[in-house]
Amino acid sequence: MHEVDKTRRRMIFRTLQGVTLTAVGGAFWAGFVHENAQAELVLRPPGALPEDEFLATCIRCGLCVSDCPYDTLRLGAYGDDVPVGTPYFKPREVPCYLCEDIPCAAACPTGALDLLGLTDEEGELDVSRSRMGVAVVDYNNCIAARGLRCDACVRACPYIGDAIFVDTRRNPRTGKHAMLVPVVDADYCTGCGLCEHACVTEKASILVLPRDVALGKAGEHYDLPAPNFSPEVPENEI
Amino acid sequence: MESSKPKKKHEALSTDRRSLLKAAAASAAAAAAGLSVAQGGTNEAEKDWRWDKAVCRFCGTGCGVMVATKNDRIVAVKGDPLAPVNRGLNCIKGYFLAKIMYGKDRLTRPLLRVNKQGEFDKKGEFKPVSWKKAFEVMADQFKKAYGELGPTGIAFFGSGQYTIQEGFAASKLIKAGFRSNNIDPNARHCMASAVAAFIQTFGIDEPAGCYDDIELTDSFVLWGSNMAENHPVLWARVIDRKLSAPDRVKVAVLSTYQHMNADMADLAIIFKPHTDLAIQNYILREILYNHPDAIDREFVDKYTTYATGYVDIGYGMRSDPNHPKYSDKERETMQKELAKTVSEAEAKALAFLGLKPGDKLEMKHRAAAGAHWQIAFDDLKKALEPYTLDFVAELAKGDPDEPLESFKKKLQELVQIFVEQGRKVVSFWTMGFNQHTRGTWVNEQVYAIHLLLGKHAKPGSGAFSLTGQPSACGTAREVGTFAHRLPSDMVVANPKHREIAEKIWRVPEGTINPKVGANFVQIMRDLEDGKIKWAWVHVNNPWQNTANANHWVKAAREMDNFIVVSEVYPGISTKVADLILPTAMIYEKWGAYGNSERRTQHWRQQVTPPGMAMPDIWQYMEFSKFFKLKEVWKEHKLPDGTVLPDVLDKAKAMGYDPDQTLFDVLFNHPELRKFAWPDPIGEGFLNTEAVGDGRAIQDAEGKPFKGYGFFVQKALWEEYRQFTLGTGHDLADFDTYHRVRGLRWPVVDGKETPWRFNTKYDPFARKANPGGEFAFYGKAKKKIPKGNLFGPEAGTSVDLTNRAKIFFRPYMDPPEMPDDRYPFWLVTGRVLEHWHSGTMTMRVPELYRAVPEALVYMNPEDAKKIGVKDGQFVWVESRRGKVKARASTRGRNRPPKGLIFVPWFDERVLINKVTNDQRCPISKQTDYKKAAVKVYPA
Repeated sequence: MHEVDKTRRRMIFRTLQGVTLTAVGGAFWAGFVHENAQAELVLRPPGALPEDEFLATCIRCGLCVSDCPYDTLRLGAYGDDVPVGTPYFKPREVPCYLCEDIPCAAACPTGALDLLGLTDEEGELDVSRSRMGVAVVDYNNCIAARGLRCDACVRACPYIGDAIFVDTRRNPRTGKHAMLVPVVDADYCTGCGLCEHACVTEKASILVLPRDVALGKAGEHYDLPAPNFSPEVPENEI
Repeated sequence: MESSKPKKKHEALSTDRRSLLKAAAASAAAAAAGLSVAQGGTNEAEKDWRWDKAVCRFCGTGCGVMVATKNDRIVAVKGDPLAPVNRGLNCIKGYFLAKIMYGKDRLTRPLLRVNKQGEFDKKGEFKPVSWKKAFEVMADQFKKAYGELGPTGIAFFGSGQYTIQEGFAASKLIKAGFRSNNIDPNARHCMASAVAAFIQTFGIDEPAGCYDDIELTDSFVLWGSNMAENHPVLWARVIDRKLSAPDRVKVAVLSTYQHMNADMADLAIIFKPHTDLAIQNYILREILYNHPDAIDREFVDKYTTYATGYVDIGYGMRSDPNHPKYSDKERETMQKELAKTVSEAEAKALAFLGLKPGDKLEMKHRAAAGAHWQIAFDDLKKALEPYTLDFVAELAKGDPDEPLESFKKKLQELVQIFVEQGRKVVSFWTMGFNQHTRGTWVNEQVYAIHLLLGKHAKPGSGAFSLTGQPSACGTAREVGTFAHRLPSDMVVANPKHREIAEKIWRVPEGTINPKVGANFVQIMRDLEDGKIKWAWVHVNNPWQNTANANHWVKAAREMDNFIVVSEVYPGISTKVADLILPTAMIYEKWGAYGNSERRTQHWRQQVTPPGMAMPDIWQYMEFSKFFKLKEVWKEHKLPDGTVLPDVLDKAKAMGYDPDQTLFDVLFNHPELRKFAWPDPIGEGFLNTEAVGDGRAIQDAEGKPFKGYGFFVQKALWEEYRQFTLGTGHDLADFDTYHRVRGLRWPVVDGKETPWRFNTKYDPFARKANPGGEFAFYGKAKKKIPKGNLFGPEAGTSVDLTNRAKIFFRPYMDPPEMPDDRYPFWLVTGRVLEHWHSGTMTMRVPELYRAVPEALVYMNPEDAKKIGVKDGQFVWVESRRGKVKARASTRGRNRPPKGLIFVPWFDERVLINKVTNDQRCPISKQTDYKKAAVKVYPA
């Protein structure tokens, strides 16, 4: 696992102290998806170069697709809203299972799927460095956000505790149950979509979007403190 | 985070959503005020929905639900806002509660294996038959087995998921009708060790405390329980308590691998399988040797005594390791049933017996496994002496990568939680304790800790056994659908108990068989040995849920026997069956369940069963029509020489005619027929048994079934209730339960009992000990001999009225441990998304998609060592069998090196082919948590 901050590892349950989350409300996203071309929402295999470069480098050979052991990847066809012949996946149908040997990227003859970005300092493949997208929770329809004990998305995550964790908060409606609400940490999320695939609501209430679409960007004119995902603020930040 | 969301200022919500939110707010407010919520649709589409209260079908938590029906179909469910357990919430299994009834492959026709002529043939194919034909073949086959072998030659596999009335009817049919005690529930796999420990320690079954303890306690100690996944809503209460006082409340979790519960804990202790006994003894030693001030002397002196029992009791395996149907590999483990070599650890743990490493320990007291006697405080102290921190930490540390010092520190912290003055402690456990070859012991030891500290049977303090199944308490245990039990904690071996049961059941004195019947695994073994030739499965999946499954599948298919399976969906058990009976599910019948905190909850029939499916009770009643009294109440000679007397003369004296059927006497009795239908409590609701349900179902005689003409479920309830009154198990009348959201027994003068044995709350404790504070008034096992650590003193007896026992039980190795050939521990269990054998939840598309297959959870370094990557297939192989499944090295369950975890819900990964039918010799419950396996790439 690519470690961004060791103190946060495996903290599956956290109590957030009023922070702004990377996840955004579903009503907003629904509007966005409607107004924008589907093509911008396409999810690429692990190691894909930024979309412009990827499209310029991918020769539409389909080797990544034929080497995917889970039939996750498919090639864009006419009518798919995806550039024809390029690999993509729809996590709600088949998510990326994050093979440790990354056969899709290994098969790529042109570097459009770039193994270098998926390799750690020792030269070992590390699929946790994939950034295919980022999961976004629709808290309006997530049943855990209504107090039900679900967290199926959390348990489906191979990087449980890092990429997604449970925020525990008291449920004022019952007065004696905690709500265990999923929260995504974009720093760790690979965008594999196992969460979206597992989500039990009729239409998934957690979905993966391309990172450049889903994530905002704070200005560089201000040195923001780190996101407050840890219950304890590191001493050097006080 | 306290609801910190700012109020919405704009009006972006749809009208529908606004009205829903308003309705939700109204119901929450009403719930808080204790008012009943006016039911009815919140919008136009829901206007003609009928909402009614019911209870969830899954775990032992016992969440209340509301069920909406329209046009004889369940259209919605929701958590019942008025249910004290869950206050309107559910887990995802509850969220899909209605969907389990509407799977595409529901069984809707009786199916019989037949030859080309349409006659029953064990080697034939399944073909649909009428109910009449099904019952005729079933009765013929029954009479063949019964005629040849007598009452011990037939059996019922019962369930902790029976409704209370179903369990009562099944038990009455087999015990009072067929005079056989061969009925045993899947709860034997689940709660038997808890039961045995309750009986041995307190003399009466089921917990002292209740769920209110969660909000009242300061500390939770979870032993072998992944509540976060297996009691999800209860776990939400634990977390809420933690959030309410994060600095005060401590959560300690003891487990053999890292899981969701352990992730949340303040203190997570990963221990080596089976060493929980050593850890308990370390805690007890610390209390006695280093924290004597923590002992509640007054409580201990007034309300407890000390006791112990034999250690050479075997492991509940077959007593013949040379059984011809077992392989040499299997025999390696099986031979330990008769004798074992004392290990280094055992030599220390059993030092009080003067054993040395390498000594041969012969299992001489296998037949007296449950025998125990009083010992002195000094005996206890002496026996605990070896359980030092050094010894126990070395033995029990479960993660090879954890430094010993860190593990020691954790054990010390655990002791502190218990001994801290004024700190309330609740211990919770489930299968980690109960599925254990010393399951009764490990239950007893946790009581020992709580009793010594006086932290039991008090609000916020107590050792609390959680139940796995929705009615393991309510039905299996309280009704007593076990081979040795009768309702209300009575047992078949006790002549007074039999007399009471015979009287309430209106059957002649001497009808009930005094010999304990075959328990669950024993029924399987007897099928394998040809001692049982007819078995009927109720509400469970024995060929998936019983360890060492290869043997039992073969026994069912290859031996001369007849297996009937009443089921709702195809599964492993229907595959091995000879006859499959399509059965009504949960809300397709009236019923009641009893949860972990002694709360009994009833529901009404909401919809008609599909196709030709019929309720279990109807099946028992129809079947009972095939048996004349003179066929079953004649004299029987049992294989052990016991003679069951002919009771027909007594029957005649009671006004029965020997040509009457069991149906007439057990079910259609005039006393039961007094409960009329219609009844105001059921106005507007279906009652298939009473009046049929509009379908032209043929009954056993081939006539259209129009109902029995009386309120069967109410009649059975009221008959059952008579067993409970005045015993401390007291239940309320039928109608009361339809007005309230469940009541915790004993219910006396309409009042429930939150804490038992405590005179402030429990009327039976007040009666047993007027003026005192506590009374452990259970009546069983209260006269025991005196003795010392070596054994009882002949001819002695002490009276332990109103006292609980503080047991000493040593650590012993399990019969099978990892070695060079089978280097991994195999632990099995459940996942949140699926219930038991998955026959219901695997048919809910959403739950299937969330967790479509059972994985082999293993440590990434172990995976690397055997050359597999996450997601690749591996074989898991033991001395008994093997299965193939994908390895998972990342995610929810993270075992230490040397251990794998495989859940058992997936029939394609039939992990019980790999597990061993090793059991606690006292409770006869299987240990599914410790088998030695090898794992290699597939």
